[in-house]
Amino acid sequence: MTVAFKKPESLLDAKTIYCPGCGHGVIHRLVGETLDELDLREKTVGVAPVGCAVLLYDYFNTDIIEAPHGRAPALATGIKRVKSDLTVFSYQGDGDLASIGMGEIMHAAGRGENITIIFVNNANYGMTGGQMAPTTLPEQVTTTTPKGRKTATDGFPFKMAELIAGLDAPVFSARVKITDPKNINKAKKAIKYAFGLQKENKGFSFVEILSACPTNWGKTPAEAVRWVGDAMESYYPLGVFKDIGGEE
Amino acid sequence: MAEKILMKGNEAIAEAAVRAGLKGYFGYPITPQNEITAYMSARMPDLERAFVQAESEVAAINMVYGAASTGERCMTTSSSPGIALMQEGISYMCGAEVPAVIVNITRGGPGLGNIGPSQCDYNQATRGGGNGDYDLIVYAPHTVQEAVDLTYRSFEISEKYRNPVIILGDGALGQMAETVILPPFKEKGKTDEGWELTGAKSRDPRSVKSLRLAEGTLLEHNLHLENKFKLISRNETEYSYEEGAYDVLVVAFGTAARVAKTALKNFKEKGHNVGLFRPVTVHPFPYEELKKAASQSKKILVVEMNRGQMLFDVRLSVQNDEKIDFAGKPGGETFSPEEIENKILSCLK
Repeated sequence: MTVAFKKPESLLDAKTIYCPGCGHGVIHRLVGETLDELDLREKTVGVAPVGCAVLLYDYFNTDIIEAPHGRAPALATGIKRVKSDLTVFSYQGDGDLASIGMGEIMHAAGRGENITIIFVNNANYGMTGGQMAPTTLPEQVTTTTPKGRKTATDGFPFKMAELIAGLDAPVFSARVKITDPKNINKAKKAIKYAFGLQKENKGFSFVEILSACPTNWGKTPAEAVRWVGDAMESYYPLGVFKDIGGEE
Repeated sequence: MAEKILMKGNEAIAEAAVRAGLKGYFGYPITPQNEITAYMSARMPDLERAFVQAESEVAAINMVYGAASTGERCMTTSSSPGIALMQEGISYMCGAEVPAVIVNITRGGPGLGNIGPSQCDYNQATRGGGNGDYDLIVYAPHTVQEAVDLTYRSFEISEKYRNPVIILGDGALGQMAETVILPPFKEKGKTDEGWELTGAKSRDPRSVKSLRLAEGTLLEHNLHLENKFKLISRNETEYSYEEGAYDVLVVAFGTAARVAKTALKNFKEKGHNVGLFRPVTVHPFPYEELKKAASQSKKILVVEMNRGQMLFDVRLSVQNDEKIDFAGKPGGETFSPEEIENKILSCLK
């Protein structure tokens, strides 16, 4: 019998605590499949963020370290610098990466650390209950922007994939979404490419993934996915913003 | 024959760490410890070991946290305001039980303060400046040679207990040059204690974490950390004291103890009956040993380059405030031997 579909070996056989319609489950799977396919499971250390994905070690069948809020790229830098044979990735949310951890991500990218960053953008703080994130859209209602995010006082969202692409050192920066099978496949391709670059010692790779947070958005999973595809995507265009992975 | 050379304190500490098998140094410049970062920037890459000038002290300690989680010997160094920024990472490392060595070449504070030698970070080091119930092992060397020896040894102590170690120096120690005998090169060797993150090859995955959500698990972990520190207190408490029944027993650590030594030497030459009790580990503090020493002496004089931080521990130990006097010098300044002599004289009256 041909097995058409099975759990990646890089994931543990565990039930996640994520809300219905949350994107983390899909993204975990894509990273897990990637580690399997590139034969990296036994050489990987993942860095978990503070936030919904903090329990990464409950779901991944790889070594995992848990970082303080926003510091994952600094931990990843340390690990990679003393153990260059390991594959090191950080898995971070938007509050973690673009707010308190803006310094760490920009500098790890600026140094061109040979690591891979999985950046999950759901336009709010998920774990703490739906507050404004640096990625919250203008006019988006959150618990700390009850009348909608006002750019005059709250500022504009950060477009991280474009910011990273604007630096000299990174070799790959892209934005994908996981709203439907076609886009999930594209997301997988970007993630696999990013890990592949690290495996070939090419340098810093960054994948931003637009993902739904139905609970905090006050939407059904289906509505939330649609919102990713229209409101979020219109502000955060999909695409590859930098790819010099093939160049010498 | 052992190599005896003249070295500045900061550079000697750096070389001692290199010889102890340091694999990763992550730091950020701050006076008065810049020589360590500069020394490492050349020394570590030459030996094909990791050096990163981090973007901040916050990043530096987290690089250490990540790198040390692989089981390699790692270190950062800084000075007071920088160490304050590192408290987050230090708390996480204590919670996750990741060993590493952190050097604080203390300067005057609070805030930016100045760049003079100070002992004003005693409370921060011994009480834990970060969140949560945790303990650090804190060594307070008073000469460059002692700084070399303690730095060299601290990696193994740190690994033995899976607990960060702080070397608490100050600007005077870091900036002075003395002849030192450097220890031989050693390597940690390939050991696997069962917790290090090395890639889950042919074994179950491991995690290094400080989060313990399930009811009772953090309580259990906190009690484990408490028991660990009790063991550390039993095994690792160090002090220097020549037994005697003194008219005045000076209690001092680090540079203050060094100046006190000069003052006491002058007194002894004049026939006065004075002694010194010097904690080498200020945490764990030698409570019992000091209590015993103090019971034989008439007066206890605590001398510190701050407003009286170790004084609290001495009071806990001696439990007789009538006997205790204090000489403090805050503001990033050292004592002159005469200042300490005058204070001792007033105690002798």
